[in-house]
Amino acid sequence: MNGTRLQRYGGLLLLALALALGPLFLQNGFHYNVAILAGLNAIVCIGLNLLIGYAGQISLGHAGFYALGAYASAILPDRFGFHPLGAMITGAVAVGLIAFAVARPILRLKGHYLAMATLGMGIIVSIVLDQEVDITGGPDGMPVGDLSAFGYVVSGNLAWYTLVAILLFITVWLALNLVHSPVGRALKAVHGSEIAAAAMGVDVFHYKVLVFVVSAIIASVAGSIFAHYSGFITPDEGSFIHSIELVTMVVLGGMASITGSIVGAVLLTVLPQMLADFHDYEMIVFGAILMSMMILMPKGLVPTLAGLFKGRRS
Amino acid sequence: MSFLGRLLRKAAATMLGTGLALGAFAMGQKPAMAGDPEPIKIGSFLAVTGPASFLGDPELKTLQLYIEKINKEGGVLGRPLKLIHYDSQHLAKKAVTFTRRLIEQDKVDLIIGGSTTGTTMAVIKLVERAEIPFISLAGASIIIDPVKKWVFKTPHTDRLAVRKIYADMKKRGLTKIGLLSGSGGFDKSCAGNARKLAKEFGITIVADETHGKGDTDMTPQLTRIKNTPGVQAFLYCGFGAPTSIVAKNFKQLGMTIPHYQSHGSASMKFIKGAEGGAEGVRLPVAALLVAEQLPDDNPQKKVALAYKKAYESRYHDAVSTFGGHAYDALMIAVNAIKRAGTTDKAKVRDAIEQTKNYIGADGIYNMSPTDHLGLDEKSFVMVEVRNGTWKLLK
Amino acid sequence: MLAEFLQFLFSGLTVGAIYGLIGLGFAVIYNASHVINFAQGEFVMIGGMATVFLMKAGVPMPLAILIAIAGAAAVGWVLARFGIETARGSTVVGLIIITIGASILLRGLAQVIWDRNFHALPAFAGDTPIQILGAALLPQSLIIGTALVLTMLGLRLFFEHTRIGKAMQATAIDPLAAQLVGIDTRRIVRLSFVLSAALGAMAGVLVAPITMTYANVGVMLGLKGFAATIVGGLGNPLGAIAGGLIVGIAEAMTAGYLTSAYKDAVAFIIILFVLLFMPNGLFGRAEVTKV
Repeated sequence: MNGTRLQRYGGLLLLALALALGPLFLQNGFHYNVAILAGLNAIVCIGLNLLIGYAGQISLGHAGFYALGAYASAILPDRFGFHPLGAMITGAVAVGLIAFAVARPILRLKGHYLAMATLGMGIIVSIVLDQEVDITGGPDGMPVGDLSAFGYVVSGNLAWYTLVAILLFITVWLALNLVHSPVGRALKAVHGSEIAAAAMGVDVFHYKVLVFVVSAIIASVAGSIFAHYSGFITPDEGSFIHSIELVTMVVLGGMASITGSIVGAVLLTVLPQMLADFHDYEMIVFGAILMSMMILMPKGLVPTLAGLFKGRRS
Repeated sequence: MSFLGRLLRKAAATMLGTGLALGAFAMGQKPAMAGDPEPIKIGSFLAVTGPASFLGDPELKTLQLYIEKINKEGGVLGRPLKLIHYDSQHLAKKAVTFTRRLIEQDKVDLIIGGSTTGTTMAVIKLVERAEIPFISLAGASIIIDPVKKWVFKTPHTDRLAVRKIYADMKKRGLTKIGLLSGSGGFDKSCAGNARKLAKEFGITIVADETHGKGDTDMTPQLTRIKNTPGVQAFLYCGFGAPTSIVAKNFKQLGMTIPHYQSHGSASMKFIKGAEGGAEGVRLPVAALLVAEQLPDDNPQKKVALAYKKAYESRYHDAVSTFGGHAYDALMIAVNAIKRAGTTDKAKVRDAIEQTKNYIGADGIYNMSPTDHLGLDEKSFVMVEVRNGTWKLLK
Repeated sequence: MLAEFLQFLFSGLTVGAIYGLIGLGFAVIYNASHVINFAQGEFVMIGGMATVFLMKAGVPMPLAILIAIAGAAAVGWVLARFGIETARGSTVVGLIIITIGASILLRGLAQVIWDRNFHALPAFAGDTPIQILGAALLPQSLIIGTALVLTMLGLRLFFEHTRIGKAMQATAIDPLAAQLVGIDTRRIVRLSFVLSAALGAMAGVLVAPITMTYANVGVMLGLKGFAATIVGGLGNPLGAIAGGLIVGIAEAMTAGYLTSAYKDAVAFIIILFVLLFMPNGLFGRAEVTKV
């Protein structure tokens, strides 16, 4: 048994333990609400981090995929009689196909161009959601039905917490597998130097497309779950601002660090709730975090802290 | 280097982050003081800032003013009132978050809020599920039609507004109109009513235009209405900042046909923001806005003038009907709690539903299990903007 | 028919000129530093909001406008000095995130220092429209057009006839060679931020009487200014202005003849189209990727 494998399973075990102990710290419905939202954000961020951190490709439009998943779960059961699970899967497949279709041309772009293209795509999605009032309810949003499967309706804080915790666990497991696979090593090479990787015979482009699609599907599923949990969604889920929030979580926690994505998502979900009395200052805090992290700790919280521990030891 | 060590460090970093967050989270809760009577908690979310601020701002100020006043006079049931307020900024998403917070974290006894139809509709499911009395300050009829068990509202409906406007058009012999509406909940509901009621009044909508949520230039839509052959009058269904923009663009395009808006424009801020464009605009408003011009035997006059005086002397700002909606909501709630003799949510809800002959700033309320507004129509009057102020039309 | 078309054209040219001015700001910064400044729209916001609030405080309009533009320029300098320079060596993604952070920070500050409400600025020369063949042309549109032409002439003089302007040109063409001949490229980067902040703020002041101004007004305006730059080819100032006019007219025609609902999407559809099919813009030059 080699080291990386033990590390991987050890980390998963620790995560499972933390998730299982979570309810001990959650004293009321509001705490559960924050924990559930943090979990959902963490799921999206892990997917996004595979793209930004490992593949080195920025996306300023991931909230668009999240919103598409959410609206699929809201619209399909309500208008077309889909089963909630069917709606979620249809949404995820559709988002996957869209991501696949746009990935090929878009991922040929670099740097600023890629940022702008993904941003444009995300904004077009949110404009459509805003304007197709008859289908989406427009800017005021629409209600979403319950999530039910096999005669069981997910309701109550503990049930939702458990569902999100399981999904988070699966996402981490998937992501770890991806990172430690040959694909993952290729991805690391991509972030290092694309041309060098290509010279080594790695099909860089193929991997970038794969990661883009996977991260979009993860966002879509998380969006669906959020829609059912919240019971009400608005086009804000797909807004440019939401895309930026997701990127901020990834950057804060640390690029190319799965632990970092969880930490980033938890911190940036809890922080605004703590600052609720000061919510005038929320944007200032967010902006300042983004700038100072990028300037002072470009690697993000977790990798930098881990580096500190390491430095002290040696 | 050892992989186990690296793992532990990563874990420590995670724990540190999460622990800090949770710790600070738990500290936010204050223990209840023993001895003092426990306050009655009134939760509220209003569009105090942003494009609908001319609704939410006077609403919040009114709640603060009267809660202070009631507390000075000894509170309700011997308990002080405590207002817990969040600024939802006309965003449905924020309204949902804050309502959840009011119910689950702040554990309020009753909720007053939703300056706009969109934010109100967004929280109805939450409120019904939590079984907590909720009084909305928004205009559309869909809020209370069909009746929802825990949901009430105080402003006149958009349907009534359209009826008033159409009656006035009919009187002036205007039959072909251009309609413009936004994409918000109130706008949609109001435009829908305008389309539905047109036939009954012999009116034809010859141009039907819409604008987006954040639009700040309505010139293209107005240009099309202007160039529609035969158009005799113009109706705008909307509220907040866009009302001024529409009036301003209307003037900038040199349009001269009679111009109508809804009670979503009933604020001095509409007149000021339009920079002269509001001159001649007609709209239905709660009589509060023209209280001085009411006949002395009108029972509402005294209440409206008293509210107007209290508000204007405290804030040095012209009164609007939106503050009046908040005043009525608070008084209806307080009266219901007094009659119920408790803050038990089901009993308070029943008491609100039994509101009879309450004379408020917006008119006289008589609620029932089939009518969760119960406001008389006489107190809804047509006014015209003249010389930068409201003129009651006879 | 003609009246309608003219009306849409006037409104397209007016907002197009504004997009062009904002796009010009993107181009100036990109040329000096190869940074895309996502906070460009916030300079536009600062211009409008500062003017509104200075006037509320009793400052006469011309002075208020000057102070607002100077203030935005100062913010531009601070951003270049403490945001961009301290992060030298960051990746492209890193620089994008820094400027996005600056954008959010500035909007947050504007909401706290000023407010979140909509504000109108009085039109500079009244708002009695001039009737041309049945279409109404606002005096403000004429002022915006004049300002655009004057700005272009001014920038031309600056770039071709002043020492520092020529140094900026040289840096844009080859930063390394510029450094070798003794040009202080850091100073050039700061200057580019100051200049483009001033351009953005000017656009913000000019457009405020037409579209109103508020703390978040810069988000869409900034993105559309960026669309203008992309259409014109990144780093091509004249292209940015042409791109702005193209985006503005396309938007106005879409709103007028197709649907006003998708007006805002036009700029982004154009961006995607240009990026995917002609990545160097309509008038851009090809770029070589460095390994």
